[in-house]
Amino acid sequence: MSFSWTRVGAILQKELRDYRRNRFVIYTMSLLPLIFIAAPMIQIFAINVSTTSGLFDAHIGVTLLYMLILPAVIPSVLSTYSVVGEREQGTLEPILSTPIHSEEFLVAKALAALLPTLVVSYVIFGIFLGAVAAFAHPAVASAIFERNHLLVQLLFTPLVAGWSIWAGIAISTRMSDVRAAQQLTVLASLPPLAIVALMSFNVITPSLGLTLGLAAALLLVDGLAWRAVAAMFDRERLVTGRR
Amino acid sequence: MTSELADSQHQPSSGGANLGSALVVEHLTKRFGKRIAYEDVSFEVGYGEVFGFLGPNGAGKTTTVRTLGTLIAPTSGSATIARIPLSAESGPAIRARISIMPESPGLYLRLTVAENLECFARLYELRDVRSRIDRVLQAVNLSDRANDLCGSLSKGLRQRVALARALLSDPTVLFLDEPTSGLDPVATRDVHDLLIALRERGVTIFLTTHRLEEAEKLCHRVAILNTTLRLIGRPDELREQLFSRNLEVRTRLQLDEPARVFNGLANVESWEQSPSGSYVLNVTDPDTAAPDIARALVHANVDILSMSESHHSLKDVYLELIDEDVEAKKR
Repeated sequence: MSFSWTRVGAILQKELRDYRRNRFVIYTMSLLPLIFIAAPMIQIFAINVSTTSGLFDAHIGVTLLYMLILPAVIPSVLSTYSVVGEREQGTLEPILSTPIHSEEFLVAKALAALLPTLVVSYVIFGIFLGAVAAFAHPAVASAIFERNHLLVQLLFTPLVAGWSIWAGIAISTRMSDVRAAQQLTVLASLPPLAIVALMSFNVITPSLGLTLGLAAALLLVDGLAWRAVAAMFDRERLVTGRR
Repeated sequence: MTSELADSQHQPSSGGANLGSALVVEHLTKRFGKRIAYEDVSFEVGYGEVFGFLGPNGAGKTTTVRTLGTLIAPTSGSATIARIPLSAESGPAIRARISIMPESPGLYLRLTVAENLECFARLYELRDVRSRIDRVLQAVNLSDRANDLCGSLSKGLRQRVALARALLSDPTVLFLDEPTSGLDPVATRDVHDLLIALRERGVTIFLTTHRLEEAEKLCHRVAILNTTLRLIGRPDELREQLFSRNLEVRTRLQLDEPARVFNGLANVESWEQSPSGSYVLNVTDPDTAAPDIARALVHANVDILSMSESHHSLKDVYLELIDEDVEAKKR
């Protein structure tokens, strides 16, 4: 039996329906973006444009970094729930008793975390750009709208989210407590942000080639992470709860 | 159930080896480290048969179901499920032909009944999802609750939704793990009625339970597992294997010399007087023994109030076996 997008779609649709009626998810998806748009807005309007160029770059870097924390944090909330949550509510065994392959199950869970993350992250970034264009000092707006900065945001949003999702699912398959899994996942989501931080702060000059190269590398890491998580996915251990 | 699969399922086999067996299990063993979940288990289940799998808590029933459902790999032995040999590679193919209803319904409580069923119908890549959902909801008498959130249903209704979910794919073998566990008598009766209806339609059911009256009521054959398979057969066969047959005789007055009446009667192997005053006679064949006993009592001028064959229940069989195991462990 080959990989089935119908089965992936079944889980994905179920997850999205479940999110809509899950208060915890709704609050998280509403409050986190508010926090992550408020902080950079304050930062933008507090920037002193007459300061040294190094300090100015640092302020811009911190501001843009906030935008990439969102795709790292939101999926950690959703993906950590993916397996341990099913176990907690006793639905994992019925799902795994169907013809679904481990890879299909994992891809569905990853997409269910990725899609809302992308929507929220891009919408928030769009609102941020609109506010910058309308209200920020022209020098600040010019720095924010710099091509490579935009490229970093657009490319790294799904890639950072991807890493966070696979880390979250991997942790979710090994843990028996949702909250502990979420805390661990937030920590595990941070490494890709280090690269982005270096680029945002202009420690690494974000040239087009470098940005694309790092994005490709992170894409490869995300792909390998999927395979690693699929290999770790042990139905017997998950169903029996044995470590 | 009106599907081709259900219609094509034939009458229960006697359990003998044949190519038409829905389940063939040979010397199956599962160990978790040093702990044995079950050992050297062998049996066959014919198409259309309702097979009861009995045993105390921790006997290995659920682990056996999970093994046959390809969720757990056996340590040794082999099995063929719906004519597909059990292996790591055949898992998805086997799971496409079976359904497992675990002890806990495992429903998505924030989804409606219909949404739960739709998800599973798509996991089985079924066609005509809507009509299938309507059909299984009708089968479990829940058509009017299709749009209710599962979280708003009682435990008994959730169990019925889980049964509807298990029926969605018209499975070749339906595994039911303690389907009435924790249900009140009315909900239990409802589930029993549904299972009887499935049995009459020829659905092959593998039923694990520790409710013995449930097994006796529903199953063509039963197996008693207590880590190893202790007995297998029809409930009446098991009774005969374990217990001698008895006739209980009630008389108006107590016999002065019962030994003179009963001793020497053909077919009567032994007798004793019960605390209630009746006489319990251990006989080889009740049909032959009863007239002889009646004649002997009339000849002794005794008024007979009643004579009946005393029945051992499946519970007696079960307790006898489990007590044997407990005694064996003490030794």
